[in-house]
Amino acid sequence: MSTAAQFDIQYRQYLDPEGRFLPEVDPATLPEFTRDPAELLKMYRMMVLVRAFDTKAINLQRTGKLGTYPPAAGHEAAQVGAAAALHAEDVIAPVYREIGTQMWRGVRMVEILRYWGGDEAGNDFVNTRHDFPWCVPIATQTLHAAGAALAFKIRNQPRCALAYIGDGGTSEGTFYEAMNVAGVLKLPVIFYVVNNRWAISTPLCQQTAAQTLAQKGIAAGIPGIQVDGNDILAVRHVLEQALARARHGEGPTVVEALTYRLSDHTTADDASRYRSASEVEQGWAVEPMKRMRAFLQHLNLWDEAQEVAYRQECNLLIEEGVNEYFATTKPPVTAMFDHLYANPPKRLLDQRDEAVQLSGAKSLHG
Amino acid sequence: MAELTYRDAVARAIAQEMERDPDVVLLGEDVAKAGGVFKATVGLYEKFGPKRVRDTPISEQAFMGAAMGAAMTGLKPVVDLMFADFAAVCWDFFANEFPKSRYMTNGQVKVPLVIRLANGSARFGAQHCQSVENWCMMIPGLKVVVPSSPVDVVGLLAASIRDPDPVIFLEHKSLYAVKGEVPDGEIVDTLGTAKILRPGKDATILALALMVPRALAAAERLKAESGIDCEVIDVRSLLPLDTRTILESLSRTGHLFTVEENPRLCGWGAEVVSIVADEAFYDLDGPPVRITTPHIPLPPAELEDLLIPSVDRIVETVRRTLTA
Ligand SMILES: Cc1ncc(C[n+]2csc(CCOP(=O)(O)OP(=O)(O)O)c2C)c(N)n1
Ligand SMILES: [Mg+2]
Repeated sequence: MSTAAQFDIQYRQYLDPEGRFLPEVDPATLPEFTRDPAELLKMYRMMVLVRAFDTKAINLQRTGKLGTYPPAAGHEAAQVGAAAALHAEDVIAPVYREIGTQMWRGVRMVEILRYWGGDEAGNDFVNTRHDFPWCVPIATQTLHAAGAALAFKIRNQPRCALAYIGDGGTSEGTFYEAMNVAGVLKLPVIFYVVNNRWAISTPLCQQTAAQTLAQKGIAAGIPGIQVDGNDILAVRHVLEQALARARHGEGPTVVEALTYRLSDHTTADDASRYRSASEVEQGWAVEPMKRMRAFLQHLNLWDEAQEVAYRQECNLLIEEGVNEYFATTKPPVTAMFDHLYANPPKRLLDQRDEAVQLSGAKSLHG
Repeated sequence: MAELTYRDAVARAIAQEMERDPDVVLLGEDVAKAGGVFKATVGLYEKFGPKRVRDTPISEQAFMGAAMGAAMTGLKPVVDLMFADFAAVCWDFFANEFPKSRYMTNGQVKVPLVIRLANGSARFGAQHCQSVENWCMMIPGLKVVVPSSPVDVVGLLAASIRDPDPVIFLEHKSLYAVKGEVPDGEIVDTLGTAKILRPGKDATILALALMVPRALAAAERLKAESGIDCEVIDVRSLLPLDTRTILESLSRTGHLFTVEENPRLCGWGAEVVSIVADEAFYDLDGPPVRITTPHIPLPPAELEDLLIPSVDRIVETVRRTLTA
């Protein structure tokens, strides 16, 4: 008997939960951005803004001013780190929780609030027109991303696509097909698995018997790597490397970021039904914001006064976004017909007229 | 007699059948400890344990296909698909597999399973609020059951579980919180029976699921405001379809209205109207009228309300038609 093939999955982490480099890490070997104060502060500030906005969105839902909303708390490093690794001309195919990546890339708070407030016009991003819309049907976006990558390849564009997917999402057949097609066609796409340990009420151990999710790429001939998703330095570096490979024609990578969903699945969920308080406490002990803040403080790049001042700044920005959201008018009933086809069939236009007539008396505007 | 919500009625029916028959099992995403994302299976995991109440990975094709394999070997799986829209993710089983195995094996291979779908409008938008009853109705070999009240949920779900063929059981998301009286003890209804909920002599209104309470409210208003006396029939099951009750009603009233939540083209009402045209044309005193959602995907949030048939729209349409 001989070994036909052998594989291994590497795990990358640079910082410990207290924001210090792990003993085995030589900071001098890390990429430039880990020493660049401007870059480090930009990432941390975005994490703080995302957390504050997320908290506000939950409050808006609780007070009846927003629909069901999927909190992002705990995912800030995984999301902002990925955003920082991408180029502006790349394409992201997000799921529903990726506000950290989206806000970095220019999606506006009002757009996020509009979408979760029940107005799909929120998907019409003003600043990131080539990024894909939110994708709630699980795993579908992995194929969209593979398709985008195929288009880049055919047109010789030095661009990459990055598909987000949750740990639960990696159980879908769609995901395996996306990896397979990307592997065999050597597409410039990253399958970015954000493993937050839960898929609604289903824990990872009930989702798969695989030891890691990164290894799911191996059968498709794609390298996989695991990274501490609460360590923004490691996340950004691992993704930069994967994107560079893809950009140089070396094909896709599966990147698995290990993190934890600190909140309920959505505001309609009650996670205390199915997971213990002590587990959540452990999640808070290793959460990403504290780690990055401590790291910056060790470098004397950040202090309490700056934190307080910046949080106030965030609150103002958020208030602005929320006010803009409150000021947007709901779409008219005609919008539901006008964006269904480029050239609507005649009978649909008749139904549109009828709907306008019927809704006339009860306009939603007031 | 107990007052139960529609969602509790689902759990009650499954419990009733699981107690009676050890071959009945429940599968689906988040059905166990979480009690279902719509809380329709609360308590079943605690009562029947992890062997018979199982959470699955997010792999709709896997658990549809596996449920079929289990059914082919004698289990009677009840499968929770969560949002009805996800039927499209595993449609091969709905269209090619469940309904055709008995047919293609000379009756040897049976597929006694029930697929539960959370169907219809609830302000979650285009990919989470579709009414898929017409998708299901067009597949020969499936049965399609659509209850509107807690008591019907218990009786029809029990009957679906006992049925030897695949049944698509469409629960309406916006009815889960609705309460109704449900008698104590075992309840088993009969598939393929419509129910006359309100007798009337001037027109027959057919409705399904969430449209049933709206049709009833409209009938009360039509009577009070215009003296129009409508018979309201809850169709309850599209396949088999109780054409006897429907045609018999029409023979007395002469006017037919369908109230459908599905998008207009190829809605179930179109099939009923076609049957009426074939078999009861001379009973008609006027054109049959379909009151439906326009042929568009549903918008999210309150905009839904402007497009799905409302009590106002039913009242106005019936009045306009009958007084024209
Ligand atoms: C095809 C499909 N099946 C099921 C669902 C319902 N659903 C929505 S989110 C979710 C859990 C996803 O978990 P995971 O992929 O781990 O992502 P997370 O929410 O943890 O970010 C499920 C099952 C869906 N939206 N689409
Ligand atoms: Mg998850």
